[in-house]
Amino acid sequence: MTTLTTSPVATAPGGSGRRVKQRKKRGERILHWFTWALIIWLALPIAVVILFSFNNPHGRFNYTWTGFTTKWWGPALFQYPELTSAMGHSLEVAVIATLGATILGTLVGLALGKYRFRGQSASNLVQFACIAAPEVVLGSSLATFFLQLRFQEGMLTVIAAHIMFCVSFVAITVRARVLTLDASVEEAAKDLGAGPWETFRLVTLPMILPGVVAGALLAFALSIDDFITTEFTSGSFMTYPLWIWSVSRQGLPPQADVMGSIIFLAGALAAGGWALFQRRRA
Amino acid sequence: MRSVKSALTPYYLMLPGGLWLVVFFAAPVILLIGVSTMTGNIISGFTQTWHFQNYIDGFTQYAGEWGRSAEYAGLGCLISIALSYPIAYWIAFYGGARKGMYLGLILLPFFVSFVLRTISWSYFLADQGLILGPLKSLHLIPQTFRILATGPAVIGGIVYNYLPFMILPIYVALERVDPRLIEAGRDLYAGTTKVFTKVVLPLSLPGVFAGVLLNFVPAASDYVNASVLGGPGNTMIGNVIYDQYFTTQNYPLQASLSFSLMAILLIGIFCYARVLGTEDVLAAAAA
Repeated sequence: MTTLTTSPVATAPGGSGRRVKQRKKRGERILHWFTWALIIWLALPIAVVILFSFNNPHGRFNYTWTGFTTKWWGPALFQYPELTSAMGHSLEVAVIATLGATILGTLVGLALGKYRFRGQSASNLVQFACIAAPEVVLGSSLATFFLQLRFQEGMLTVIAAHIMFCVSFVAITVRARVLTLDASVEEAAKDLGAGPWETFRLVTLPMILPGVVAGALLAFALSIDDFITTEFTSGSFMTYPLWIWSVSRQGLPPQADVMGSIIFLAGALAAGGWALFQRRRA
Repeated sequence: MRSVKSALTPYYLMLPGGLWLVVFFAAPVILLIGVSTMTGNIISGFTQTWHFQNYIDGFTQYAGEWGRSAEYAGLGCLISIALSYPIAYWIAFYGGARKGMYLGLILLPFFVSFVLRTISWSYFLADQGLILGPLKSLHLIPQTFRILATGPAVIGGIVYNYLPFMILPIYVALERVDPRLIEAGRDLYAGTTKVFTKVVLPLSLPGVFAGVLLNFVPAASDYVNASVLGGPGNTMIGNVIYDQYFTTQNYPLQASLSFSLMAILLIGIFCYARVLGTEDVLAAAAA
């Protein structure tokens, strides 16, 4: 990302004539505009969410613009106790699932990246199937599973499900990082008298940390936004996306937009900050 | 002693995560297969009777939904490729120092809840919504014209929701194209079009394939887009599975539908991966 790729236009031999060059310039400009048009299209619903968090609707229907207010960004944000608790649940689940998936996934990623062992291709296959399986199947099979075990669905089942679908993503990111490492650094640590735990803590972990953090961010993003699997495994437990879904037919209050905007800003800042931090270090 | 220990290390590392996947992924899927051939109902309970008819029923009763899933997801993928390729191309070759910024902007929607984003689209597309409302009050389009609750709205939602998953893998593939290969093509007197079709396009195909995979699977099985943006005539197979589980509570039929869906998609993916190698697909999934 740090190096600039020389553009094919710049490297084109100059003999091909001015008209061709001009046509290329125009093509480039059209692509540039097209890219921006698509970015705006992608951002449109976000803009609506943020805009309508400042709307002042008369009832619960927050469809049409009826005036500017900042009151939903104040104490009125917590007017709907179910929404507040759903948001709390989403954060709790995301934090716990991220921790769990990051620990389990990092270990799996280390094993897959550093070692060659029997059964490796089988484990790759299971992970691959886990990532590739449609969410509605993951959800409905887990729901069937908990039903058969007569295990009451709730926060625990949601966390179990979230860790399940996040582990493979963390493992892949960590493995990719492990593969780029020089094994001789670890050997040097061992030669200098570090035990296995010291080697891991002082040498391996700092080296794979970017992969681990990237995996954790991915897991958090997947968990906090998950809808389909969560709906199948939650029973009466409510998370933020589930609450939105359940009230969407009666109309979403502006508080829902405020919560959505807060998640958006926090997520965008975290990702942006991480990207900047990475660039600084590189 | 030491060598035995180190030979076991990968297994120790794999154990907790592997166990988790076995208990909460593999076991439920196997159980699902078991349930799929049961008969009975929610009141008197379900018993295993090896009733494979469930699978046939699943396909014959819901042929329309299966067809629509394939159609919407397939069309969604094609539109997505058409939109993504130029953008990925432009960012990869002309993005310069701002590549990271463009990719970040493309990923921005992911920080807003998927459900909220889709509902937000339904506001846009509603009969008297942000787009059609003004147009109708100006009499530019007939009052009966609608977008929401139609097939194109569902396809639009699919394209919108999964577009970044198409742009990213194509970008990754294009980014990897060695500029020297393009130069070599030019030196050998290939024109712009020829360089593109003979050098750039073939090298970027793995990215396109990975993008199709990342788009098609969630799109074909999703029920959120179809229920928010589609009408009663636009339901997909995900909606049927949802209804069979939550409303009808016909668990065997739901299980047979789920397993059929997973089997079709996974077989497709494995054929795909055989041709292209799992590495690329996995790498794209991680990207």
